[in-house]
Amino acid sequence: MFFETLRLAIQAIISNTMRSFLTVLGVIIGVAAVISMVTVGQGSTDQVEANVASLGTNLLMISSGRGGGPNSAGGGGTSFKLKDVDAIEDQIAKIQSAAPSSSSQVQVIFGNNNYSSSIVGTDNRYFIVRDWDLSSGREFYESEIRSGTSVCLLGQTIREELFGSGNPLGETIRLKNASCKIIGVLEEKGASSFGNDQDNVILMPIKAFHRRIAGNQDVTMIYATVRDGISTDKAKTEIENLLRERRRITTDEEDDFDVRDMKQMATMMTSVTGVLTGLLSSVAAVSLLVGGIGIMNIMLVSVTERTREIGIRLAVGASEQQVLMQFLVEAVVLSIIGGVLGIVLGLLLAYAGSIWLSIPFSPSLSIILYAFLFSAVVGIVFGYFPARRAARLNPIDALRYQ
Amino acid sequence: MMVQTSGQKILINDQKTAVPLIAFKDINKIYGEGEARVHALNAINLNIYTGEFVAIMGPSGSGKSTAMNIIGCLDSPTSGVYEFEGIEVGNLNRYQRALLRRNYLGFVFQGYNLLARTSALENVELPLIYKGIARDERRQRALEALDKMGLKGREEHTPSQLSGGQQQRVAIARAIVTRPNVILADEPTGNLDTERSKEIMEILKKLNEDDGITILMVTHEPELAVYANRHIDFRDGIIESDSQCKREG
Repeated sequence: MFFETLRLAIQAIISNTMRSFLTVLGVIIGVAAVISMVTVGQGSTDQVEANVASLGTNLLMISSGRGGGPNSAGGGGTSFKLKDVDAIEDQIAKIQSAAPSSSSQVQVIFGNNNYSSSIVGTDNRYFIVRDWDLSSGREFYESEIRSGTSVCLLGQTIREELFGSGNPLGETIRLKNASCKIIGVLEEKGASSFGNDQDNVILMPIKAFHRRIAGNQDVTMIYATVRDGISTDKAKTEIENLLRERRRITTDEEDDFDVRDMKQMATMMTSVTGVLTGLLSSVAAVSLLVGGIGIMNIMLVSVTERTREIGIRLAVGASEQQVLMQFLVEAVVLSIIGGVLGIVLGLLLAYAGSIWLSIPFSPSLSIILYAFLFSAVVGIVFGYFPARRAARLNPIDALRYQ
Repeated sequence: MMVQTSGQKILINDQKTAVPLIAFKDINKIYGEGEARVHALNAINLNIYTGEFVAIMGPSGSGKSTAMNIIGCLDSPTSGVYEFEGIEVGNLNRYQRALLRRNYLGFVFQGYNLLARTSALENVELPLIYKGIARDERRQRALEALDKMGLKGREEHTPSQLSGGQQQRVAIARAIVTRPNVILADEPTGNLDTERSKEIMEILKKLNEDDGITILMVTHEPELAVYANRHIDFRDGIIESDSQCKREG
């Protein structure tokens, strides 16, 4: 009997091509809109998370003074010294490596070219904590770090600006009043999650930076990586305690430094993209609603014809259950066809969008299921309930329904 | 057997003492409320026996179609008892009434009431699907019924591709395909010209005489009533006259 019902339902779908098509279209629009929008939203969230992860999720950024972004020098508190960096690395077992960093914005000159760049004084540990490799040349020699020799490594942006396609290795560039010999080039890192160009950078030994650029012994920022498998929160607490002790901050005073966890950054960025995803989702929800209203309209408009049809079926001997089962199967079949087509279309749109926006394509099974279920429910509710009302009429009232 | 109708006493079919096929006992049907209240059937008593061909006549609004719909379980009376083969229909639930329609009754309507955009064959097969008849037998019986109605070669036509007379013959094929005891025809020729009307009446007469199907037909054309062997006249919700008559032709 089930196959007979299925056959009746399919026969009714085929003989009412236009109505079936419009119903399916409603489901397709709703499902495709939700899936494409949410998938694109999810893709941009993943993109941001990947950016944050490119900084290293086990990275702690320690800056003097409260507040300020990760790239600002901070302010207010006393700057760190190189001894602070060593203390963090040596005294806290949870820390794998810590690198000092002092930076300054300077005009860089080579021949006739000049470009404003960020010069960072640091040492070889910087390559470890920032997870950054060289594309050519070499790291600093220990002797260069110890003595503060004026050698430097270029980021890809500044290399491109000053040398174009030429080989920068061995050349000498001028920064402020100092000159500096190029010993290596960094790999491309891309924009940070805040949108600034991480490749517009020049690295030099921190002692050379202190002597030739800054004129002081300050370390404005310490990058520290936590050992694998150790909670960054715990490492963060230990660093805070150590620094409070070293900086002689009494218990009732607030920290005059800031330890930032990449997880915090990730949370912050995710909340931004969360707003974006929320926005896209609400647009998608409206599409779903519009699709649902479309289905509802088709069903209600066809209710006259369908009520008469139900009257005929009852008159020739159908029971209420047989009629309802047929309409239910019909609604389910249409919803499934529309849902499957909507999923395919939605994924195609999302895929095209992810290529266009150069973000990852991250379809989510749960959204596919939710969109599908919603449309199925709308299709079934508006297909089934008018039919139920009609099937409960006296057959003669159904037959004469105007 | 005596039937009480509006003061007159008419003797009908006194040989038949068996249970009537259809019996109305004080059937009332009232539509609407207050000012708009219409007493469509007023304490109707009526017995119809197997094998009869009954023409139910009367002007519009006389209650003839209402009586027909109650007999067909398409509508329920406001009060009174309706018995089909001695079974009180009022005590049946909706499913049992569907079974009654499915197994005992066949309908022919003035407006044909075929499923649109559905082939003649599928329309005729429909009642057999609900009866649970297997596909091959169903097809066979539907083809036979259409053939009997002179519609061979039109099986795949949809209603919009058929003339009125042909559509009505599809509807009759649909009514007889379940081999019902009774055919209820509500103005079956109302939308047809004289020639087509005669064709349909001949078909009904043949079904009555050859297959022994009881036929109840509502009409307001006296010239068609001659095909019947019993005339019942309705007026203002009561039976005005009920007479046996010899069939002509």
